[in-house]
Amino acid sequence: MITTLKRAAIVLAFSASSALAAGGGGHVEDFNFSFEGPFGTYDQNQLQRGLQVYTEVCSACHGLKFLPYRALGYEGGPHLPEDQVRAYAAQFEVFDPEIDDWRPAVPTDYFAESGVENAPDLTLMAKARAGFHGPYGTGISQLFNGIGGPEYIASLLTGYTGSEREEAGAVLYGNDAYGGYLAMGPPLWGDDVEYADGTPATIEQQSEDVAAFLMWAAEPKMMARKQAGLTAVIFLTVLSVLLYLTNKRIWAPVKREAKEAAARGVKTPAE
Amino acid sequence: MSGIPHDHYEPKTGAEKWLHSRLPIVGLMYDTIMIPTPKNLNWMWIWGIVLTFCLVLQIVTGIVLVMHYTPDTALAFASVEHIMRDVNGGHMLRYLHQNGASLFFVAVYLHIFRGLFYGSYKEPREITWIIGMLIYLLMMATAFMGYVLPWGQMSFWGATVITGLFGAIPFIGDSLQTWLLGGPAVDNATLTRFFSLHYLLPFVIAALVAVHIWAFHTTGNNNPTGVEVRRTSKADAEKDTLPFWPYFVIKDLFALAVILLVFFAIVGFMPNYLGHPDNYIEANPLVTPAHIVPEWYFLPFYAILRAFDTEVWLVQLVHWLSFGIIDAKFFGVLAMFGAIVVMALAPWLDTSSVRSGRYRPMFKIWFWLLCVDFMILMWVGAMPAEGIYPYIALAASTYWFAYFLVILPLLGVIEKPLPQVETIEQDFIEHYGKAKDTASGGTVATPAE
Repeated sequence: MITTLKRAAIVLAFSASSALAAGGGGHVEDFNFSFEGPFGTYDQNQLQRGLQVYTEVCSACHGLKFLPYRALGYEGGPHLPEDQVRAYAAQFEVFDPEIDDWRPAVPTDYFAESGVENAPDLTLMAKARAGFHGPYGTGISQLFNGIGGPEYIASLLTGYTGSEREEAGAVLYGNDAYGGYLAMGPPLWGDDVEYADGTPATIEQQSEDVAAFLMWAAEPKMMARKQAGLTAVIFLTVLSVLLYLTNKRIWAPVKREAKEAAARGVKTPAE
Repeated sequence: MSGIPHDHYEPKTGAEKWLHSRLPIVGLMYDTIMIPTPKNLNWMWIWGIVLTFCLVLQIVTGIVLVMHYTPDTALAFASVEHIMRDVNGGHMLRYLHQNGASLFFVAVYLHIFRGLFYGSYKEPREITWIIGMLIYLLMMATAFMGYVLPWGQMSFWGATVITGLFGAIPFIGDSLQTWLLGGPAVDNATLTRFFSLHYLLPFVIAALVAVHIWAFHTTGNNNPTGVEVRRTSKADAEKDTLPFWPYFVIKDLFALAVILLVFFAIVGFMPNYLGHPDNYIEANPLVTPAHIVPEWYFLPFYAILRAFDTEVWLVQLVHWLSFGIIDAKFFGVLAMFGAIVVMALAPWLDTSSVRSGRYRPMFKIWFWLLCVDFMILMWVGAMPAEGIYPYIALAASTYWFAYFLVILPLLGVIEKPLPQVETIEQDFIEHYGKAKDTASGGTVATPAE
């Protein structure tokens, strides 16, 4: 696995072409994530597994610079106990300008930036890619499926075709989800991590887990947002009904008068 | 206020009289809220309240967002993420503000097209119309500058493309563009001035909204028949109108609640539906996105901008006639602004003496074509400028100009309008007289079109 990582890192560091460019034309598989739809929630266990994949594989090249370690302990996320958050942070070193030296990270520090120059930061990647635009390009299906960012990530990780091509001295790897060749070599080969909960670490499983984790990293307040949305919808439904009835009542005498006038035949010439 | 005869505020107690003789503010509020309103207004007359709500929503959420945002190219993107992650309710505030802009434009387009159909722009409401167009222009400027603030890829490249339009103006273009940007390219100076103006303009809009309301409270509302309220006596006026409170306030609030229901469902369940994914990538002057697409509400005019390329004979002719001063790029800019100018001139381009489209059989067809045309422009604006799309854009742009410059002036001459209803009261009675079967409760005021 280490060799894979090294190879990927080297390729990325020297690759001329950028792995950016929003999913252009590639095939994005519709994975069934737990957080889809108005009532979808993150699966805490999946986020923890995804964190593990991120830590042991992705973080070799990529960063999560907008995500603080403390967020790992928040409800609606991986929700690690406080001591585990501390222990997780303490594995990493951060440069502290105040002491002008490196020190072990604490929960208030942020995840490291990308260690490789053209490996993009992944904090917002799940929102920076859109896999779904249907039906007919209207994107309405996003209400039930999301914009397809995590699906794009999982599809990319499982979408390597195995073909390679050399361009400007760098090896590029064929990928169905990317819809062409990209600089990042296949990062997952199966059993790259050993899950604590015993889940078999297939490529698909790891891809889905890390994609879910990155969705959470991009949108940590999703569950609070959906709850607020639902509350608002319920409240406004009740308010709409009350206002409808009020409106009807207020207008009733005016309309009754109009109807009576019409019945009396007041000035209604044929049009 | 309005020329429609109605009861005015009379101070009764000593304290009321004391205040009224010094500052007639209660009277002003009373006259504003109790203004006689045509009783036959249909559901297309609710957008004004929705727009007022949007302005308040944007200002309130915006002021709180400013407390946490940092206008600096190195920090702006991170400060938005700070709002999304660490500020209490910050994610909700930001999504409300972001989607609030879209709601604002949905409402303003429906409001404008309502005015175009029912002839609300016609004498004596030209000032209301012109002020409205100014508000619309300022809204676009405000929305554009607001979109730059998160400093994502689309923010940066959108700003680059749009300010580049000013660079197309002959002679002064380059200097003007540099002056707008505060430097040779979009950078920190651009971000800080856009931030400043994004905070300022909404208050200018608020002031213009007050003038807009003042203007139409002076002339009285238009209504679906286009027939004026009778001003011959107070009794006559009362047959045509109802006071704004409570009849229309409650009706508008009901409509607002239903619209907000949809709005909050979008904010809660699909807040990034109308956004562009690329804007979640921090601005990078070295990486150009594959497609630079403006926000949906700019697309119709963006399509007009792009439609007039060097292939179009009119552009070539103008280029030749102007000794090369007006090139395709500048022509496109002129066309884009011209598209709004011709709309603003509608009061003088429409020669028909009949106000409401309801009584204009030929106008109706051309008007609905204009609506379809607007949707086509919006769609084609999002498409890449290649293949068949530029031709569609050109045809649709041509219709836009033809509608205002040719069709509206001609229709007034050749069209034979239908007989109009005599009074608003009669229209109201006819409508509810016909709806006999829906009897006891009756449908709410939706006069047939």
